[in-house]
Amino acid sequence: MTASAAGALAPSRLRRGATRSGLTILVDTAFSVLLFVGTIVGVIALATLIWTIFDNGWVRLMADPVAFLSNYVSRLPARAGIRAALVGSAYLMVLTALFCFPVGVGAAIYLEEFAPRNRVTNFVEANISNLAGVPSVVYGLLGLGIFARFLRLGPSLLAGALTLAVMSLPVIIVAAREAIRAVPDGIRLGAYALGATKWQTVRRQVLPAAMPGTLTGTILALSRAIGETAPLLVIGLPIVIFSLPNDLRDPVSALPLLIFDWTSRPQPAFAEAAAAASIVLLALLLAMNAVAIFLRNRYTIRW
Amino acid sequence: MAQGRTQVSQDEDQRQSQRETRIADVAKARGVAGGAPAEAVFRLDDVHVHYGTFLALRGVNLEIGRNEITAFIGPSGCGKSTLIRCLNRMNDLIPGARVEGKIDYHGQDLYGDGVDPVEVRRRIGMVFQKPNPFPKSIYENVAFGPKVTGMQPQSMDDLVERSLRDAALWDEVKDKLKQNALSLSGGQQQRLCIARAVAVAPDVILMDEPCSALDPVSTGRIEDLMEQLKRDYTIVIVTHNMQQAARISDRTAFFTAEAAEGTGDRTGLLVEYDRTDSIFTQPADKRTEDYVTGRFG
Repeated sequence: MTASAAGALAPSRLRRGATRSGLTILVDTAFSVLLFVGTIVGVIALATLIWTIFDNGWVRLMADPVAFLSNYVSRLPARAGIRAALVGSAYLMVLTALFCFPVGVGAAIYLEEFAPRNRVTNFVEANISNLAGVPSVVYGLLGLGIFARFLRLGPSLLAGALTLAVMSLPVIIVAAREAIRAVPDGIRLGAYALGATKWQTVRRQVLPAAMPGTLTGTILALSRAIGETAPLLVIGLPIVIFSLPNDLRDPVSALPLLIFDWTSRPQPAFAEAAAAASIVLLALLLAMNAVAIFLRNRYTIRW
Repeated sequence: MAQGRTQVSQDEDQRQSQRETRIADVAKARGVAGGAPAEAVFRLDDVHVHYGTFLALRGVNLEIGRNEITAFIGPSGCGKSTLIRCLNRMNDLIPGARVEGKIDYHGQDLYGDGVDPVEVRRRIGMVFQKPNPFPKSIYENVAFGPKVTGMQPQSMDDLVERSLRDAALWDEVKDKLKQNALSLSGGQQQRLCIARAVAVAPDVILMDEPCSALDPVSTGRIEDLMEQLKRDYTIVIVTHNMQQAARISDRTAFFTAEAAEGTGDRTGLLVEYDRTDSIFTQPADKRTEDYVTGRFG
């Protein structure tokens, strides 16, 4: 009895290939290599992109960064700057956030905490997820039809911000709902058991606990919106513009529009300017994502 | 081999009988008057609870005495948690839950027309199985109830201190009131939840297995605490721990679950309700006796 127990543990049984065939070991290795290649493809693509942009634009940007940021556009590539586009993008982003954050969070609160479980709610929920996948150019058509034409806002700051807000809304709703759902039920029950009303429970406990996740989602949605070209192009926001907006009804430009315009020009100097503007846009996006990551790491509650 | 086994079983028997004697001593020493409670806070008359089409609990009749600790014991699925949640209308939050029969609270029908569950919960607080402090500071956890219920204490700081003292937590947290409550240990979190419940000056405190997630030291603290709280509050506790029921409660209700005819759904029912010493030393029902002596459940 003891002999056979010892036999089961004989070292030869533990050697490579003792029970597994060579093929299974090969398949095992092949898959981990394949998965690593899959990961590296994305990283290489990003690295190539950043390298190309910096290679083309760094010299142009650094030649006179102040002038590049503060000049308006020009037909002379050497004197062209991104002032109107940069300020326009900033205005668009702030306004978009003001429109879509309260509406998105409100919709998420309603769907998670108040909506009755019925077919209408299910239909709305399914379609919000669908809307998150609609191409941005379609939102441009919506903005053109409703905001620019029907509401007579024209190609204005307000029309652009509303269009981007409608586009970002589904992503924000989905993110906020997930954050609200992640708040443990014990928190709600604890508040109710103290005599809090439903609204007090949601407003003072659930919402603050869900805020880090909601903010992270909102910032990521906004950083997608700030890089969008198609919807702004469709509603007809101008590229060549020599003033900053003083009013919601004034026209504005945006960085992606300017980059799109400059890359389609024949002069190589404009291609360099486009690359330089892309560096600025990338820096903005990375800064926003960094804020999102900071919020997530700093404020996320570990229950 | 065979002899060793006998030895173990003798030891086991001896321990068992020692335990029973101890429980009986503790229960006798409490000296609760027999019969119905002198002053009832709750009177339950033929209470049935349904979840949708499922009958979770049937035909419960009992009275809960003022300034007493009433324990609900019984195996899992016997409806004791369901019943305690009826007492402050927490079951209203579960879709499909329905309460039949009458629950009378100081002469008022708890489920009568015009009774606001929010008002009910201001008077009948609850402590849950898993400590559930809000992810905020210790201070804010205690101050939340008084704020939302519109209490206007002379000094919120004093109210917070008094509540934390009542929950025997003050000395451990007085220097870190601004710290996040989630940084406390499990036992401290549970005492914070008790402080939070006490802060709104309730009439009754319901406790749904308050010690099941805690170590024995924390459990002992909370049991001592309940003994003190009993002077000012009426306490109802659900527990899986029979020794706990025997140690701390004045009256004990034993529930069990029985399969309904036909469906096979297990419905909870009240088997026996009496003074704790009677339940543990001379149970009237065979099922109670089997349960409290550890032969079942």
